[in-house]
Amino acid sequence: MMEVIYILPLLFLVACALTAVLMKDLLGATIILGAYSLIMAVVWTMLNAVDVAFTEASVGAGITTVLMVAALSRTVRGEYEPAHEARGWKRKRFSITKVSGFFVVVLTAAAMIYGTMDMPDFGDPNAPANLHVARRYIEESRHETGVPNFVTAVLASYRGYDTLGETTVIFTAGMSVILLLRRIRRE
Amino acid sequence: MFESAALAIILSAILVLYRGIRGPRICDRVLAINVIGTKTVVLIALIGFIYERPHFMDIALAYALINFIATIAFLKYREMGRLD
Repeated sequence: MMEVIYILPLLFLVACALTAVLMKDLLGATIILGAYSLIMAVVWTMLNAVDVAFTEASVGAGITTVLMVAALSRTVRGEYEPAHEARGWKRKRFSITKVSGFFVVVLTAAAMIYGTMDMPDFGDPNAPANLHVARRYIEESRHETGVPNFVTAVLASYRGYDTLGETTVIFTAGMSVILLLRRIRRE
Repeated sequence: MFESAALAIILSAILVLYRGIRGPRICDRVLAINVIGTKTVVLIALIGFIYERPHFMDIALAYALINFIATIAFLKYREMGRLD
C-alpha cells in the first residue's frame, strides 16, 4: 500500500512534466507546472524534508507561477512559430534542432542516472552522510546551540553566515524583481 | 485507514489532472490546479498522521494559505491582460 502511495505521485510528476513540455499554450503549461510543484511538495513531505517542501510550495507554486504569468503578460501567450510555418510551408517532423536536442537530453539523463548508481540506499544508516558529522549534530547541537530541532540548529547556528549570505541574495533578488515589475507610469 | 484515504486522494488528483491537461479553456485548468492544491493540503495532513507526526497539520494549514496566490495571478491576467 505504501509503495503505491510513493509511486503514484511520481507518475503524476512525469505526466505533468511531459504535458508542460508538449503543450503549445504557454499559460496552460504554467498552470500545469504549478500542479507539478504542489505534488512535488507532497513528495518532499513524504521524504520527511518538510523545509524543502515548504520552499517548493511557496517558490514553485507561488512565486515562480506569478513571475511566469507576469512574463507572459509582457510577451505573447503562444509558442514561437518560425516564419516559414506561418507561410504555410510543410512542417518538418524531425528537424536537426529537435533531434540534436533530444540526444543531448537523453545523454544528460543517462549521465545523471549513471551518477546515482553507486549512491547508498535511501535511509541507509551506514551511508557516509550519516557517519561523518551527522552524529555530532544529533548528540551535541542541543548543548552547543540550545535549539531543539537540529536542522534549524545547522541552518541558523553552525551555518549562520551561510544563511545570512543566502538571505542577502534573496533580498537583492526580491528588490530587483520589484524594480523590474513596478508599474511604469505613462505620461 | 489513513493509507486508503491518501490513496483515494492521489487517484482523484490524477483524475483532476486529466481535466487540467485536456481542459479546453483556461478556466478549466485554473479550477483543476485549485482542486489539486486543496487535495495537496489534505494529503499532507494525512501523511502527517501516517508518519505519526501530527504537527504536519500546521504545514498543511500554511499550504492552504499559499494555495490561492497562483489562482489570483491567473485570473487577474485573464481578466486584465496584465498583472500590475
